[in-house]
Amino acid sequence: MVKYIGKRLLQAIPLLLIITVIVFCMIHFAPYDAIDAMTSPQMSAQTVQQIKAKYGYDKPVFVQYLLWIKGVATGNFGYSIVTHQSISSDLAARIPATMQLVIPSYLVAFLLSIVLGLTSGSHKGKWLDKLIDGLCSVGIATPPFWLAMILIFFMGYQFNLLPILGMHTIGMENSFPDYLAHYIMPFIVMVIAFLPDLTRYVRSSTIGQLSEDYVVVQRAFGASRFEILSKHVAKNVLLPIITKFGMMLPMLVTGAIIIETVFSWPGVGPYFVKAIQGMDYPVVMAILILSSALVILGNLLSDILYCATDPRIREMR
Amino acid sequence: MEKHRRIKNMFYALKHDKVAIFSVIFLVFIILLSIFAFLIPTDPNAIDPENMLSAPSAQHWFGTDEVGRDYLIRTIYGGRVSLLVGVLAMMTSTVIGVGVGTVAGYFGGLVDNILMRIVDVLSSIPWMILITVVSILLKPGLQTIILVIGLFTWMEIARLVRAETLSVKEREFVMYSNFIGTSSMHIVIRHVIPSVLPTIIISATTSIANAIMTESSLSFLGLGIQQPMSSWGSLLQDAQGNLQNALYMALLPGILIILTVFSFNKIGDILRVLIEPKVTAGDE
Repeated sequence: MVKYIGKRLLQAIPLLLIITVIVFCMIHFAPYDAIDAMTSPQMSAQTVQQIKAKYGYDKPVFVQYLLWIKGVATGNFGYSIVTHQSISSDLAARIPATMQLVIPSYLVAFLLSIVLGLTSGSHKGKWLDKLIDGLCSVGIATPPFWLAMILIFFMGYQFNLLPILGMHTIGMENSFPDYLAHYIMPFIVMVIAFLPDLTRYVRSSTIGQLSEDYVVVQRAFGASRFEILSKHVAKNVLLPIITKFGMMLPMLVTGAIIIETVFSWPGVGPYFVKAIQGMDYPVVMAILILSSALVILGNLLSDILYCATDPRIREMR
Repeated sequence: MEKHRRIKNMFYALKHDKVAIFSVIFLVFIILLSIFAFLIPTDPNAIDPENMLSAPSAQHWFGTDEVGRDYLIRTIYGGRVSLLVGVLAMMTSTVIGVGVGTVAGYFGGLVDNILMRIVDVLSSIPWMILITVVSILLKPGLQTIILVIGLFTWMEIARLVRAETLSVKEREFVMYSNFIGTSSMHIVIRHVIPSVLPTIIISATTSIANAIMTESSLSFLGLGIQQPMSSWGSLLQDAQGNLQNALYMALLPGILIILTVFSFNKIGDILRVLIEPKVTAGDE
């Protein structure tokens, strides 16, 4: 087991390095670079040279790359070329806000999906299943930002129930009810965005499990439907879903970009969109590397959870 | 013979599923509407300063936007752009995905290894981040968004096609063609691709739906289709700015996105009956 994890970790390192090279090249060949952002045509060649030297842009490309990698490895992502703030400290302030939104909404969606998926799968073909499955199809086709707009219109403008922007009302930074009021809408939208996929997954594995022999045996012994579902099917359905937790890792940073932008939630989303619009390459690069690393780690975590929960896979390796 | 039975099965499934019939009718309607939009005498870019942000009326069925353009006709033209992006991006990603998948699966060995590592690398970057980054490197607009979505969403299709190719490769007719000295190129085009065609068609249908969704997200963030052209996503971006006074501006494009994506996904489900007869057997 330890050996397997070690092997997988070693495999992840070259993958990450390739991604950093691609990202660096992409940024390097971009039509508009960091120097253009910091200088203006009126500046003398000497001043431009000085600015280049200050940020290390006068060195050859691969030296720049090595310096950048060295920074990333030590947790220093460099400085934004627009605001000149440290990217690491900006991210450190924003990632917790995104996590506050993503983790609870994913967990709630997760629990709901287990209930809905098991109900739907065990009533396959009946009206309840058709209703749940139909709602899932519609849910998958609904752009989350559209849902957010509709909620904002009714809850924010029409009935004036909830604040529509940000995390706190100015001057009420320490008030929990105020925070909660800002939290409800983005939270609901996120739950609805996560729910359909998870529910479908639970539903189809429930249907798969219900056709297994052990269910027939249990039925022959006179076990009730609820007993079979909760004691036997649920266990077998839950195991593969646990591995989905690995998928949550990258979402902790980039899972809510659009929703955060719509609600001006001070997380990574608006920061990223602003960086993209302002061509703030170091920021974009930092987020790209961070999220890719989390995807790779998340996949690793999924595989390890698989191994840990399923003895058959454990023995195979 | 078998093929005919499968197609019959598919039509059977289609006929007995009212939602699927609705999906087909809706898509035919929206596609015809997009193609023949130019026959409607209203100009989508005509500005009418006297009727800015006016609510739905007899003259403007779905109201007007902030510079007085008729919103219904703008939505129809927006649908044209959204569907075009969906179809062309699907074609790009399907061509690349099928090419990479069959080559990797058929030739195996080093080629397979290299191609699949590329797939791994590209799938490790969250699509949303990857696509937004590339879209700033190129000039925003219609071609860019089609290319960007097409070039970065083929990995799933490549994986599916590769897996199928691996099993087709072991079938007798392919081994026989190999034995009698048919060129690999010929075998891939005449034997492998037709065998994996059902898989390709299904993922193509879902990939149109996904491309439309991606396009609307990007345009909504202002990174996709630019003014004066509009798509359902960019119309929603406009609608966000006027949300307080004009909910109707958000309703129409949003509902059309939902119905279109829903319909393409539904048709993908029905087509699945073609390759997995088990699906119908299980549902009845």
